[in-house]
Amino acid sequence: MSQGNMNLTLKVWKQKNKNEKGRFETFDAKGISPDMSFLEMFDVVNEHLISSGKEPIAFDHDCREGICGMCSMYINGRPHGPKQGVTTCQLHMRSFKDGDTIVVEPWRSAAFPVIKDLAVDRSSFDRIMASGGFVSINTGNAKDANNILIPKYDADDAFNAAACIGCGACVAACKNSSAMLFVSAKVSQLALLPQGKIEKRDRVLNMVKQMDEEGFGNCTNTGACEAECPKSISLENIARMNREYLKASLT
Amino acid sequence: MSEKSFFLSSSIGKKISMGLTGLFLISFLIVHVSVNSCIFINDGGITFNAAAHFMATNPLIRLIEIGLFAGLILHIIFALLLTLENKKARPIGYEKINGSANSNWYSRSMGILGSLLLIFLVVHLAHFWIDTKIAVFTGKADKHNTFNEMKEVFSNWYIVALYLIGVGSLLFHILHGFQSAFQTLGLNHKKYTPIIKKIGLWFSIIVCLLFASMPVAIFTELIK
Repeated sequence: MSQGNMNLTLKVWKQKNKNEKGRFETFDAKGISPDMSFLEMFDVVNEHLISSGKEPIAFDHDCREGICGMCSMYINGRPHGPKQGVTTCQLHMRSFKDGDTIVVEPWRSAAFPVIKDLAVDRSSFDRIMASGGFVSINTGNAKDANNILIPKYDADDAFNAAACIGCGACVAACKNSSAMLFVSAKVSQLALLPQGKIEKRDRVLNMVKQMDEEGFGNCTNTGACEAECPKSISLENIARMNREYLKASLT
Repeated sequence: MSEKSFFLSSSIGKKISMGLTGLFLISFLIVHVSVNSCIFINDGGITFNAAAHFMATNPLIRLIEIGLFAGLILHIIFALLLTLENKKARPIGYEKINGSANSNWYSRSMGILGSLLLIFLVVHLAHFWIDTKIAVFTGKADKHNTFNEMKEVFSNWYIVALYLIGVGSLLFHILHGFQSAFQTLGLNHKKYTPIIKKIGLWFSIIVCLLFASMPVAIFTELIK
């Protein structure tokens, strides 16, 4: 163990499967480098567990560079931990102190059932996306890139909304377990662009309907989602979705 | 093709109803605080009683009063429906929550603040509204002296304290509610949202300070 390495205590949610009742278990994380990511720290803990013949802790991860939206840990009372604008894989152990006890929980939502330990099933997000349907695009020869002119501000807003990686931190952060930030980002990224305007009425109605059916809660505008979103998706998107929904419902 | 669900049964439909009824109830506060501020003229309640008499007997105001109660009941019903759904949406809670890291405490406590307000409202209606109604329906509205009633009610320090708690709950409830209603209605704009938030802040502070000063001024006999 080199100087400056940390020893931590982890209090982690362990749950065998979807149906079993889970509980917290305590693990020691010894010799952790401050330069490790939070997930690499879990890798170290799991290596120790495996070599001593115990079952490792199940957790979701994929790209480990903050773009896939797979990692989903609720760390010390906040999704993706104490830093703003980062995912769990981008969180480093230097954000913690030697000797800390860290509580790690899965996303808590009826619409995100726990598969095992810290891994949750977020296919409800996929079903919302699928309910949004298609965009009409003429096939054939590739068109000139600037055939459809898009105002810079609209393009920027659409791009910012499209930065959503669907990690579910908004749902995890919301005291009502509402998915409004996610759904509104997906509604906005298409409603803002000419290509997405054709189906925007049906899209917002269907996506909101699917969101309600999946059992997510209702938005009370606390703003927790925006504050915890690793991609800093703005609350403006929720207002836009409300407008779109109101317009679509009235016509 | 879209399968349209019934607007009021959708999450956004219920939210919009909460926002609209909330803004309607806020508009009532303006009337209420304006009429009550007549006591600050400090003329032994002559102006205030005249204003209160107008409010209690004017047919148009009576009609709006029915709307006000309807708005209040709808606000409560939608709040209960939404809260029940929200509870169902997270059957297993978190062990550790760091709410202050991402939101204001009062924005997370609208249900508790609203419940405190409802309790206060029941007491408040029992103090003033019921007596006024009895006076109006028995044809004694001309003799009914609401100002004297205020002096009597606010001679108890614990009732004054209860009113201050009620007004305090109101302050934080509309501090979040005012700007939240505009966001729900889809009005979020880089230029206008900061203005809406400022109006909400000053509206909450001014209205609630005026309301709070009334029982205090009468209790301390600054107003006789």
